[in-house]
Amino acid sequence: MEFYRSHVLICGGTGCHSSGSSDIREVFQTELKKNHLENEVLLVQTGCFGLCEVGPVVIVYPEGAFYSRITKEDVPRIVSEHLLKGRIVTDLLYHDSIHEDDAIKSLDEVNFYKKQKRLALRNCGVIDPEKIEEYIAFDGYKALGKVLTEMTPEETIELIKASGLRGRGGAGFPTGLKWDFTAKAKGDKKYVCCNADEGDPGAFMDRSVLEGDPHCVLEAMAIAGYAVGADQGYIYVRAEYPIAVKRLTIAIAQARQMGLLGKNIFGTNFSFDIELRLGAGAFVCGEETALLASIEGKRGEPRPRPSLPAVKGVFGKPTLLNNVETYANIPQIILNGPEWFRSIGTEKSKGTKVFALGRKIVNTGLVEVPMGTTLREIIYEIGGGIPGGKEFKAAQTGGPSGGCIPAEHLDTPIDYDSLSEIGSMMGSGGLIVMDNDNCMVDIARFFLDFTVDESCGKCPPCRIGTKRMLEILDRITKGQGEEGDIEKLETLGKNIKASALCGLGQTAPNPILSTIRYFREEYEAHIRDKKCPAGVCQALLQIVIQADLCRGCGLCVKVCPTVAISGERKSPYVIDQNKCIKCGACLEKCPFKAIVKG
Amino acid sequence: MKSLQELEQIKQKTLDSVSLRKDRAGGIRIVVGMGTCGIAAGARPVLMSFLEEVQKRNLRDVTITQTGCIGVCRLEPMVEVTRPGEEKVTYVKMTAEKAKRVISEHIVNGKIVNEYTIGAAE
Repeated sequence: MEFYRSHVLICGGTGCHSSGSSDIREVFQTELKKNHLENEVLLVQTGCFGLCEVGPVVIVYPEGAFYSRITKEDVPRIVSEHLLKGRIVTDLLYHDSIHEDDAIKSLDEVNFYKKQKRLALRNCGVIDPEKIEEYIAFDGYKALGKVLTEMTPEETIELIKASGLRGRGGAGFPTGLKWDFTAKAKGDKKYVCCNADEGDPGAFMDRSVLEGDPHCVLEAMAIAGYAVGADQGYIYVRAEYPIAVKRLTIAIAQARQMGLLGKNIFGTNFSFDIELRLGAGAFVCGEETALLASIEGKRGEPRPRPSLPAVKGVFGKPTLLNNVETYANIPQIILNGPEWFRSIGTEKSKGTKVFALGRKIVNTGLVEVPMGTTLREIIYEIGGGIPGGKEFKAAQTGGPSGGCIPAEHLDTPIDYDSLSEIGSMMGSGGLIVMDNDNCMVDIARFFLDFTVDESCGKCPPCRIGTKRMLEILDRITKGQGEEGDIEKLETLGKNIKASALCGLGQTAPNPILSTIRYFREEYEAHIRDKKCPAGVCQALLQIVIQADLCRGCGLCVKVCPTVAISGERKSPYVIDQNKCIKCGACLEKCPFKAIVKG
Repeated sequence: MKSLQELEQIKQKTLDSVSLRKDRAGGIRIVVGMGTCGIAAGARPVLMSFLEEVQKRNLRDVTITQTGCIGVCRLEPMVEVTRPGEEKVTYVKMTAEKAKRVISEHIVNGKIVNEYTIGAAE
């Protein structure tokens, strides 16, 4: 490999990709050529750096200069100033990445990264995911080599068991145990599958691992294949993740070419190959039995368990199914040992967890923290708090299967068990932050709307039950709630939890039940007082002009799209509630703050 | 892939190029003055010569970077070499040929090329 004096790492994750990082790469290419630097400076497209909020992100080494929110117009300056003349363009650097004296902080000193511990994401934003050599340079495929040449399948399973790793897809089932079940199941042919059908709204950690470090998943699947006795693997990934699919395809081809997939890997008798299966994007296909059916080419519908996939999975054969992030931890556990992994995290949840921070948070993005980190640390220290200094109201974890966590639990150390105790769940790791402008009834309705849409329809509790719940919530948000609605929701929710066929149906009522548990008074305000305290539910909202503050300037009349405001100049105006569509245009325009939501 | 040794070879081959992204501290730093004065005096061939030599000799832990005007424009192209734990050495009126000698004597063997230093020029 050539020696380059400087490496320019451009984030090629989904977030930065959509904010234009591929254009930036092109401009870098032409600018480098123009300045005759193409043999001195290497351009690398990497996976996600995690700080999507300030994307597109570009890091220049050896200085480690962290440029944020780069536009095409900024590139010529970076090339001519930094790369040609060696003067870092300080005004384009991420604000938190420089000391007061303009010296550059190393990434570990930046607040966003300081408390993080990147295991699953260790290579994301460091290597070029399309070059297998770079993965190998950071100890890639070494764990596979070690397992194949030095360990028996039983020892491998014991090692994973001893590490205490639990499934990162949501339920937190002990991974080693799953491997053990599959290894012990009788069958002439076995399969190893990877669940990359990440469907929770707001979650994108599996996507980022696949985009930033696809080889680590391939390596882990081969290790799993050796441990359970399988020679074929399937990665079930959604077609909506085109970058992930592309990089996986490249990675599989490279691994085959190097003989890291295929026959007689590392000169042993072990052979293993992986194929991709693209999902059409149905939420239910993230459920394990539905996913396995979909791999077979059948309609993605869950089936009753038992039998477990470990006994009867793809094509009726014993199948091991793990989530992307679970696999991403495996190679390091093998290389560093189970004790190392056990030293991170809490008593019952070992290691780290990746969270996708979203909604009302300064640093939208991807973070990885040790289990047992508190919500407060994640939101305020890593996430940078809530924009506009507003007050935290609740955080939703686990997407449509999870629940809301109110402010009183901000200091709960997060792990699988503590989250389920407070009525939520780890889920895949989506973390949606809400402030006082969010209406909890509306949030519950949003998630339920998603579940109703995505219900496969096979079992009545989910198909009909969630629909009825949505109808009740709809009424409540429209001001037609009745006494007894909350109790009805609770009864329905408990029954659906108890009777739905698959995990998705059983957890669908969680967002409603947890918001009722912590924000019952908000539901009551909607039903009894016909008021939405957060001012979100439009039907319960009135926009009024306060007569004592109105100076009669007439600006509101001009912006009102429905001509709902009338009155004489220099005397207070009035809004006709029948015509008002509550767009809020007048509210923003009024120079005297005389118009309020009420 | 037939053996762990084979994997290790690929790793070592690539490691040199990616280690640049891991740690910024430590290692030898070669800083070439690339202000207008430096470039006009021929700093670019000097820089390229350093790059070539580092690559040819497969040197690790060497960072080559550039900076603006170091200040004594009449002595450009100037190069500063810092070895961990040692005083910074400033070389002046550098050429591509001189760069090769700095690499072989100073960087590889730790012996400062006194006749090229700013002390000798003054």
